[in-house]
Amino acid sequence: MNTQAQRLKKRHRISAAFKCFCLSVTCLAIAILGVLILEVTVLGLPWLNIDFLTRFPSRFPEKAGILAGLAGTLWLVSLTAAIAIPIGVLAAVYLEEYAKPGRVSTFITINIANLAGVPSIVYGIIGLAIFVRFLGLDRSVLAGAMTMSLLILPVIIIASREAIKAVPSSLRQVAFALGATRWQVTRDHVLPQAMPGILTGVILALSRAIGETAPLIMIGALTYIAFVPEGPMDEFTALPIQIYNWTSRPQEAFHELASAGIIVLLLVLLIMNATAVWIRYRGNKNRFR
Amino acid sequence: MTQPSEILLQANAVSIAYGEQLAVKAVTLPVYQHRITSIIGPSGCGKSTLLRSFNRMNDFIDHVSLTGEISFNDQNIYAPDADPVAVRLNIGMVFQKPNPFPKTIYENVAWAPKINGLKDNMDDRVEQALKQAALWDEVKDRLHDSALNLSGGQQQRLCIARALAMNPLVLLMDEPCSALDPVSTARIEDLLFELKEKLTIVIVTHNMQQAARVSDFTAFMENGVLIEYGPTETLFTNPENERTEEYVTGRFG
Amino acid sequence: MSQTAPEIRLTRARSRPLEKVLRWLFFACAAISVLTTLAVVGVLSVETFYFFQQVPASDFLFGTRWTPLLEPKSYGILPLLFGTTLIVIGAAIVALPVGLACAIYLSEYAGNRTRDLVKPILEILAGIPTIVYGFFAITFVTPSLRTLIPSTEVFNAASAGIVVGIMVLPMVASLCDDALRAVPNALRDGAYSLGATSFEVTARIVVPASLSGIFAAFVLAISRAIGETMAVTLAAGATPNLTLNPLESIQTMTAYIVQVSLGDTPAGTLSYQTLFAVGAVLFAMTLVLNLIANAIMNRYRDVYE
Repeated sequence: MNTQAQRLKKRHRISAAFKCFCLSVTCLAIAILGVLILEVTVLGLPWLNIDFLTRFPSRFPEKAGILAGLAGTLWLVSLTAAIAIPIGVLAAVYLEEYAKPGRVSTFITINIANLAGVPSIVYGIIGLAIFVRFLGLDRSVLAGAMTMSLLILPVIIIASREAIKAVPSSLRQVAFALGATRWQVTRDHVLPQAMPGILTGVILALSRAIGETAPLIMIGALTYIAFVPEGPMDEFTALPIQIYNWTSRPQEAFHELASAGIIVLLLVLLIMNATAVWIRYRGNKNRFR
Repeated sequence: MTQPSEILLQANAVSIAYGEQLAVKAVTLPVYQHRITSIIGPSGCGKSTLLRSFNRMNDFIDHVSLTGEISFNDQNIYAPDADPVAVRLNIGMVFQKPNPFPKTIYENVAWAPKINGLKDNMDDRVEQALKQAALWDEVKDRLHDSALNLSGGQQQRLCIARALAMNPLVLLMDEPCSALDPVSTARIEDLLFELKEKLTIVIVTHNMQQAARVSDFTAFMENGVLIEYGPTETLFTNPENERTEEYVTGRFG
Repeated sequence: MSQTAPEIRLTRARSRPLEKVLRWLFFACAAISVLTTLAVVGVLSVETFYFFQQVPASDFLFGTRWTPLLEPKSYGILPLLFGTTLIVIGAAIVALPVGLACAIYLSEYAGNRTRDLVKPILEILAGIPTIVYGFFAITFVTPSLRTLIPSTEVFNAASAGIVVGIMVLPMVASLCDDALRAVPNALRDGAYSLGATSFEVTARIVVPASLSGIFAAFVLAISRAIGETMAVTLAAGATPNLTLNPLESIQTMTAYIVQVSLGDTPAGTLSYQTLFAVGAVLFAMTLVLNLIANAIMNRYRDVYE
């Protein structure tokens, strides 16, 4: 019986050590985020001022600014939203409300799941070959937005389908019973109910588009741009491209500029995510149950 | 039927709350050695909560608090220095739905001895436990099949065998037959009579006939309160409390 | 005077052209995803086909030198595959154990309040753009490594691998957490009631029962690490190097693709086509891994439902 007690003690020790290990590893993961944010802030905050936000890139770090990148990102994300949101949401509507379950719908579903896992740089290759070269859009914002749209479409479709699926079928039945057509049911009942979920997914997808770098480099957005794009066919640069450009230079001052750029980028993402959380919160308040 | 016996397990003024809500209210209940004690009562009366407190399975539910004490062999299992793992080694449990591990039949029974470092004579241990649970003959040729291929009744007896492998002193059973068909139920009830020679059983059931058939003592609970406790025969034929009488005669619940 | 019943028509009053047009419009939107796949496969295979007309497939797959932009030109992809492999190994060493341990902590130990705190932090980590991780590699991880091991080169696989690991960690943690939480509590109850400690319940019951989900998470993480571009471009270097030494400068498939696109390579040239050949290998590898992961996940979803 004594050995049994000793064994129990040992088992407890192992168990406690394991729990301790899992806890410390989790703390470590959180600490990494802390270190990352601290580093970026310490390096970049001194450079962050109005001048930085209103200047164009320059060979001299003290004269460089992020305006071209910021403007390019705004152009890019607006065009991407204009292209990807309608296509993505309507594709989700088709798959959830119109398509009969069967081979076609299963095939499209699997296809979308796989597209979501394709590396972003492959989308860049496709953008380069099709939009830049084949369609002759060159290095325009439009080419960038179309490439980004392909990249985030799977995300938007998957999120929108989840949101549409969450609408109770009793709501549809009530509307159908009143003699509505499918489109009337979708437009007046399903989409309004699913809207908070769709918007949340859309915003998260757009934040991904804002942060993506590789596809933009592929389509050739890494050029010296000292102007704000004025139309969809203009050349452009974007926030992450500017950051990449500065990070890849050896001088310490450019690294500090990159940190300042990262702070701007993360703030843009923070605002978008806060909006998503706010919409989700608002949407949960008035919902058909 | 009820010869004198020692009290092995005893709840003393036990109250259990989920957050603010009291689920068990100041229950005092003795459990006699080598006897079957059944706890009956309508759904939500706190009988399962009380049962789970006998081997500290409530520890895993958030915001559960317990006052009073539960003594096992004259030691409070809720004492600050009490070890819930040691408690559960002595007080086993069988659940409402059969929950075999997704492993083989053999591995299911051998699991508890293995984690306790008992490696020798494992085959004997497994055979012994399966025999005690009256399952040996049905599975002896397929010990290394997955336990999930057994029927519901067989799975439940496997769970009993699994609990018996470490020779606990008490077996707690939480409506062990509620998910089973009448034939499987009868087999498990037969099994209980054999098992009480070896250990002490507390069984929660909402089936009054079952309580009347198998148990030596019965406790009737309602709204978290222990209304009446006594020898099963007395409680069913001559209850003292009006509520008990209404319940056992089927006038409500 | 008897009332005549109003005429009731159950046939369609009008053909509802709008409904039909909309249905086709929505179908077209859904079909764009299929077209995208066709475009990816089509573009990659056509250009790769032209590439193989000039470079034998065996040279490409088994050659040990990758110098398509320098003389003498050589098109053996093995150095790039080795580079990618090094990054994947580094990322796996960081992300798989840490991610699983995080998931175990969240699913088996943490209370609801801790979960509500840690989950959003992991989501933030997952939402940080890859370029930021690349910056982190260059300005923090590489200098730290070079302090610890002075022989480390300025551009090295280890730093990039570690950072890619940090990058995929939230995904591993979140998918493993899902897999662990899919294990029914009845199994945990059964194990605890036998007098098991929390470690025994976790390591011997819960983790084995969710092994396929955990495995799928690992496969997806590896697929992500293979496709990761910015951190490896910035931190791992641009020297196709047939080495397994993580402290040396290497080049991954993704970093090579970026390198070509940064230079102004004219369409139709052989160097331009290398981009698609490497892209095709990259796409094929990630596709196979994603298919495997999805197949595993679909199977384990069936187990507990």
